[in-house]
Amino acid sequence: MATLEFNGKTFEIDEDGFLLDYNMYNEEWVKYVQTQEGIDEMTDEHWKLVEVLQDYYEKNGIAPMVRVLSKLTKFKLKHIYELFPSGPGKGACKMAGLPKPTGCV
Amino acid sequence: MAKHETPFLDELENGPWPSFVSDLKQQAEVRAKNEKGVEFQIPQDCVDDLLGVVELSYKHGRTHWKHGGIVGVFGYGGGVIGRYCDQPNLFPGVEHFHTMRVNQPCGKYYSTEYLRQLTDLWDFRGSGVTNMHGATGDIILLGTTTPQLEEVFWTLTHDFNQDLGGSGSNLRTPADCLGTSRCEYSCYDTAALCHFLTNEYQDELHRPAFPYKFKFKFDGCPNCCVASIARSDMSFIGTWKDNIRIDQDAVNKYVEQDPAYPANAGAHKGKDWGPFDIEKEVINLCPTGCMKFENKELTINDEHCTRCMHCINVMPRALKIGKETGLSILCGAKAPILDGAQMGSLLVPFVEVNADNDYEEITEIIENIWDWWMEEGKNRERLGELIMRQGFQKLLEVTGIEAQPQHVAYPRTNPYIFWKEDEVPGGWERDVDEFRKHHLR
Repeated sequence: MATLEFNGKTFEIDEDGFLLDYNMYNEEWVKYVQTQEGIDEMTDEHWKLVEVLQDYYEKNGIAPMVRVLSKLTKFKLKHIYELFPSGPGKGACKMAGLPKPTGCV
Repeated sequence: MAKHETPFLDELENGPWPSFVSDLKQQAEVRAKNEKGVEFQIPQDCVDDLLGVVELSYKHGRTHWKHGGIVGVFGYGGGVIGRYCDQPNLFPGVEHFHTMRVNQPCGKYYSTEYLRQLTDLWDFRGSGVTNMHGATGDIILLGTTTPQLEEVFWTLTHDFNQDLGGSGSNLRTPADCLGTSRCEYSCYDTAALCHFLTNEYQDELHRPAFPYKFKFKFDGCPNCCVASIARSDMSFIGTWKDNIRIDQDAVNKYVEQDPAYPANAGAHKGKDWGPFDIEKEVINLCPTGCMKFENKELTINDEHCTRCMHCINVMPRALKIGKETGLSILCGAKAPILDGAQMGSLLVPFVEVNADNDYEEITEIIENIWDWWMEEGKNRERLGELIMRQGFQKLLEVTGIEAQPQHVAYPRTNPYIFWKEDEVPGGWERDVDEFRKHHLR
């Protein structure tokens, strides 16, 4: 567990760089994660993924299954990896401020 | 001088079996001395700290690793198991202790050249500690830090032509028995099929797209040396459909106690079980009773043989698998969580193994199952559980396989039988007033 300072904002994060509290999410967080996840520029498609994830998480309390994410965004998994090289879990969920994926990973 | 006192672990250096403690201590010492002058990229004393944290767990009876961990390499959604110590101040050497899964070669055949380059890399960028191999089959590189992951991956792929294995909700690293490489029972080339399907489904292996994990394993015969029937969602087990080949001279050599023909190839030599008795050890143990030995001649009624392998296992020099070989596909094996343990259930009794058309008959079944399970499977529901929830009948429908008696061990005993509406004359639409015309209230 660590505290991160970025562009004047503070974030509480875990070792893997996930936000400890979803409510700490803001746009500075996105800028920070961009530097960690190999994303040069945030396109509309990046934002769409982030928004869909947040919307689903707020409504359901969990992250969507990969297949559901593909359906909601109409992005194929391959394209999600083009947008987020670490993939939907480590990349997109982290950026959207969702809790760290768990289970037998 | 060891960094931490390890009285509990020291006990495990006694006894005849190779001691993991002695090995770890040796590795800790090699790193401390560093006679090769390696520029260690993770703490030089990480193996000392590993021993220290394990000792603490022996003392406490509890694990000292934090929950979970999400790390990896760009482009992949799996392959690395992140792990952090929950006592980083006491054991800074293992504050990060991630595991990398490396896809092993089929049958786990190696050259020392390959293993040396791998261990040189892991001494340089990791702890030098490994697991040869993980239960799924991977070469397991145990313990490194996050910044080293991309570095190791770069060297593996660029210099060793070697990829990571699978982890997460995806196709895990397939594994096989050593097959035709050195076993006369093998009914198909397990290595060729395992290798082909591993390459064919790289995308499914590296980028989790499934409801949950999915495993392939390939056994050359029903002896199941890679335990596919218990350890894989789709189990490929070799078999044959013509007759067992009998060499009568060799059978009689067994019967005559020729020392070059010991029963079970000498597997029971450690104890005196008396002279070989073909009636007692083969004929009477055959599960279907389809064998006879009369006038020095062994006969098998192959129509009744279930190809259990027993007679072949006992007299390998006399009995051989048939020539029309192929494999059976069984589905749904899993460990107990959530709905109880399952072994594979027979789906395809016999399919040819044909490398010339890229195993089309087999990939078609795999992909039909995936299409169904990816669409219908609930979050973290194994294939075996989906089969229980939606029924074996549904599995047959999606794979286009006709139901046959071989699909069951016994027919259902309860009468809760569903019918499709179009199978029933008149369908389900009924008018109660029509019924009342014949049956007063």
